[in-house]
Amino acid sequence: MAPLQAPEVWSADDTSPGEIESALRTLLEEQHASSDAYVPARVLNLVAIVDRDWRGEIVNRLERVGRYHPSRTIVIAVERGRSKLSAWATMSAHGDPEPGSICVCEERVEIEVGPEHVARLATIVDPLVVQDLSTVVWAPHGHNEAVDALLDLADVNLLDSVEAPDPASAIGRAQQLLEAGYVVDLAWLRSTPWRERIAATFDPPAFRGELGKIDEVTVHHRDDSAISAMLLVGWLASRLGWEPGAVVRQNGSMLSRARGRRAEVKLRLEPEARQDVPGLAGITIGTGGGMTVSLDRGPGGLAAKRRLHDGREYSWVVLGASRGEAGILGEGIRQALLRDPTYGPALSAASAMLSSG
Amino acid sequence: MATVAQPQRQDEANPLVEGLERLPVHPTTLVIFGATGDLAKRKLLPAIYNLAHEGALPERFNLIGVSRGDIGDDGFQELARESISQFSRRPADEKVLAALVENMRYVPGSFDEDQVYEKLGEAAKELDEQAGIAFNRLFYLSTAPSFFPVIAGKLGERGLHETEGAEVRMIVEKPFGTDLDSARSLNRELLSVFDERQIYRIDHYLGKETVQNMLVLRFANGIFEPLWNRSYVDSVQITAAEDIGIGTRAGYYDKSGALRDLVQNHMLQLLMLLAMEPPVSFDADAVRDEKVKILHAIKAPAIEEVPEMAVRAQYGPGASGGEQVPGYLDEEGVPDGSRTETFAALRLKVDNWRWAGVPFYLRTGKRLARKITEIAVTLKPVPHLAFQQRGSLGVQPNQLILSVQPNEGVSLSLVAKIPGARLSVRPVNMEFLYGTSFLSQSPEAYERLILDTMRGDATLFARNDEVERAWTICDPILEAWSRMDEPLPTYPAGSAGPEEANALIEDGHVWRPL
Repeated sequence: MAPLQAPEVWSADDTSPGEIESALRTLLEEQHASSDAYVPARVLNLVAIVDRDWRGEIVNRLERVGRYHPSRTIVIAVERGRSKLSAWATMSAHGDPEPGSICVCEERVEIEVGPEHVARLATIVDPLVVQDLSTVVWAPHGHNEAVDALLDLADVNLLDSVEAPDPASAIGRAQQLLEAGYVVDLAWLRSTPWRERIAATFDPPAFRGELGKIDEVTVHHRDDSAISAMLLVGWLASRLGWEPGAVVRQNGSMLSRARGRRAEVKLRLEPEARQDVPGLAGITIGTGGGMTVSLDRGPGGLAAKRRLHDGREYSWVVLGASRGEAGILGEGIRQALLRDPTYGPALSAASAMLSSG
Repeated sequence: MATVAQPQRQDEANPLVEGLERLPVHPTTLVIFGATGDLAKRKLLPAIYNLAHEGALPERFNLIGVSRGDIGDDGFQELARESISQFSRRPADEKVLAALVENMRYVPGSFDEDQVYEKLGEAAKELDEQAGIAFNRLFYLSTAPSFFPVIAGKLGERGLHETEGAEVRMIVEKPFGTDLDSARSLNRELLSVFDERQIYRIDHYLGKETVQNMLVLRFANGIFEPLWNRSYVDSVQITAAEDIGIGTRAGYYDKSGALRDLVQNHMLQLLMLLAMEPPVSFDADAVRDEKVKILHAIKAPAIEEVPEMAVRAQYGPGASGGEQVPGYLDEEGVPDGSRTETFAALRLKVDNWRWAGVPFYLRTGKRLARKITEIAVTLKPVPHLAFQQRGSLGVQPNQLILSVQPNEGVSLSLVAKIPGARLSVRPVNMEFLYGTSFLSQSPEAYERLILDTMRGDATLFARNDEVERAWTICDPILEAWSRMDEPLPTYPAGSAGPEEANALIEDGHVWRPL
């Protein structure tokens, strides 16, 4: 993707949402007047609520999402002691316009607000979102009060359950937001390739019958990503009709049992010290039919291994590039335009592992 | 020796696929005939890499290249690595690339040699046994058309056209024949070995997002259907213009010409999608049944009718992009005195209840003023206009433009008031551009179509009856042109085409400016 071209920037202190919105319109008119090849992207609004002191880190993350950028990004930087709004706005394009082609522009607004603005945040943000586009709210530094203030405005809440202090609070918050609207959880998206490949591993008709015979699942995860492992197990449970029991903690691992349709399923979630990125490190699934399937991170994709009841063993690589953390955020933004009906049931099953018993 | 696991019932649903964007694809061994050729290097291998990068390939995937050069597995792997690095739409991830190419195999030999198929069969069987499953087999015929029946026949002789517990499919590249007789003959020969459901005739135009979006635009938006008929549509123009010449393709192009190269396949496909009735479902045969009905509603012209409904021409010297460029006859490799058309324009009528009387204008050419592929649906003008015309650019009938390339999108021309005291009007555009409304980059057409084939979805592929009917329409035109001995009309390179094309246009219509 071509780098962002040096944009025109509007800024003002002690400003208002009306003034900011007017500035955005002027920027668009000026851009279009300079070349009619410039057209504004109209995909979705992203409202990111951040700590003023850490805004740079979040802005950097957003700049690295590549082509999955929102069309209008509104960064709300909360600063202690501030009582007036300050803002800047810009409209920038990737590359120069070329004859016969279009040059798509994205808009970014950054507003510095004080803590007392947070409860009334909807009155600041509402005039600035592009109407008829989905609005995604993301608060990577917490700020639950701000997210709650925007619940009516948000079509989608973007969160990363891995960043919650523990699985119980992660699940509780995600369930709360899910009641208000659609949720895209980056912890869930990190498990997507794993879910796809587990589904594919059992998809050939020769192996599909083994799904009903699963009696053991072990998931390895980075130490801080137990919630990702719980969501993956929750997904298996919800899709295969298991009733998971309460987890027991033992030497850093979480152990549980689920009542399957035909057999009891032993569940084991184990932290993996060598894993250096958030998310999962591997999964091993055993069946009562004597088959064991494992998937582990490896070069160029996932290293897959299948052992059959007669001892025959097969290994291969399931090809796929790592998306990296910037890619995960980009995927989160893209997923805001789609709907996955399996997250809610997986979350409920994961919740049952914490609350049942 | 390990035995291949026996498949279970196909209809036992996999409960894990719900909600997944990328549905599992059965393990597949892809065999590319012509694996060292230009298409494989520029399109097929990069497409396979991009599918691998995105994790979209089947969970287990093998690739076997078949070609004449004796380069061995290592040589083919190196060729694949270089082709992917050079032509992939995204920079290659070294780890994925390494994992993809390290298992590629290569079978050398001519396509008519028995031993090629013997080695191929052994390699495919070995891969099945190593994995303990029966891989689906997909044969991609990226070769000269003369080899299509040869390869199909040899695959049949060796029993490679079917395999127990898995599917065998074959992708055939265009051209699907050079006329009706050769198309029928090709179909007959392919169908003597493979079932129609195993054959995927690829037309990469159908893999483009805008082309697929035509179906969505028409059948998922209530606003258009009431207008989509002879009562409201005045005419339709389908344009596939290129600003470049034939380059180094004289050998192919001079035997083909514009009508065979683009009209018989791509442009008639676009016409079918635009004009077809709503299918009862979007499965392959339901869509293709409706498409082929449109071709049946187009009357094949009698030889003597051709001058009235078709124009051909050849580009002469001219200018393109500010540079002087040679005419077709001066291009490298073009035979002296060639009468191959580089421009073709047709006026067709779809004689059914919906479209009776509406002209469908098709035009395509090389070295035209610009590169553009679009469909323009022009609505009938309003019956009475109360606004003053003076001081206005005037009122034009509404046009719905479906742009296929270079910009993918849809625009609707409307008439709006010019700001000011007078009630003056001019046309304005309401535009939807793919690039502004979606986050995703469109996959290359070949990625989409190869994946569809691996999934067994033939919706975007031409069926034998479509191909033959398209030739039934084009054959008399080719025949009439071959009988004409007067000088071929010409047009300057870089222009909008020959003057003669205007003769096709009915009163009150004009070609859209390029």
